Amino acid sequence: MQCEEVTLVLAEVAPVEDAALPLAAARHLDGCLRCQAELSQYRKLLRGLSSLREVQIAPDSTLLDEILENLRPPAPVLKLRRRDRRKAILKGVGAAAATGAAGAFVAVSKLNRSTVAQ
Amino acid sequence: MVSSTISELVADAKDGDHRAFEELVRQTYADTYTLAFRLTGDEEDARDVVQEAYLRVHKGLQRFRGDAQFSTWLHRITANCANTFLGRRVRHRHDELPAEPNIADVHPLRDPVQRGEIGDLRAQLTEALRSLPPKLSAVVVLRDIYDLPHEDIADELGISVSAAKVRLHRARKRLRERLYPFGDESGDQESHAM
Ligand SMILES: [Zn+2]
Repeated sequence: MQCEEVTLVLAEVAPVEDAALPLAAARHLDGCLRCQAELSQYRKLLRGLSSLREVQIAPDSTLLDEILENLRPPAPVLKLRRRDRRKAILKGVGAAAATGAAGAFVAVSKLNRSTVAQ
Repeated sequence: MVSSTISELVADAKDGDHRAFEELVRQTYADTYTLAFRLTGDEEDARDVVQEAYLRVHKGLQRFRGDAQFSTWLHRITANCANTFLGRRVRHRHDELPAEPNIADVHPLRDPVQRGEIGDLRAQLTEALRSLPPKLSAVVVLRDIYDLPHEDIADELGISVSAAKVRLHRARKRLRERLYPFGDESGDQESHAM
């Protein structure tokens, strides 16, 4: 195995234990100082990355309140409003139908126009 | 102990206890924010991602079975939200230089020499990670810091497992080259010489 191939293996396996290295790469490493140095760098890199798990980036103190506020159920109000709106539309259409076909036509065409506008 | 508390909270929250859910948020939000910040590299974006992640957690809690750790599930959701968010961000605005994060060590080391070395390395790594394109940094953050399996990473980022692996190798290589630009490392070569 050549250095170039071993380099690829190291980035892929980046092993913490020698046992994780393919045999051919391990043999090459035995006699190549350059690849040994690279392996050592990868090991340090991985240890460092893994240690970042212990580091917390402190959020701004308002974040928790914002999350909790977002989760508090305003949903029923929204649903009610939506239901009310639908009722109002149905009532409107119903009333129009009751007053005559011409009225219903106006109500429906209004609805269509608002859909198109969106 | 912490994990049993979390799993109790999860169980109570699944039973409809809103206070238990709030406590769950209280105990996990800083960790979630840290991951969101590492993935987006921006304070405001991280806040948006965290908000979205908890909304999804709240909606999907009944689907969480408990055979995985809650934290792993939360990390996956956060990764997915961040990925969606970054996709949108690329389309909507150019990236500006993000502000320096407010970093706190949760488990500080006692040995000052070790603390100094690790501290330096962590600072360099944090910098190096922020210099990577988001697509590369996401994979290395999720795999090498948060220990998510390749399959989960691929799922949440919407890419194939092999693409996730290729990105990981590229990211590691770039990080190594940035941390050790001259390829030398004092002492180590000497000790391996035969
Ligand atoms: Zn070599």
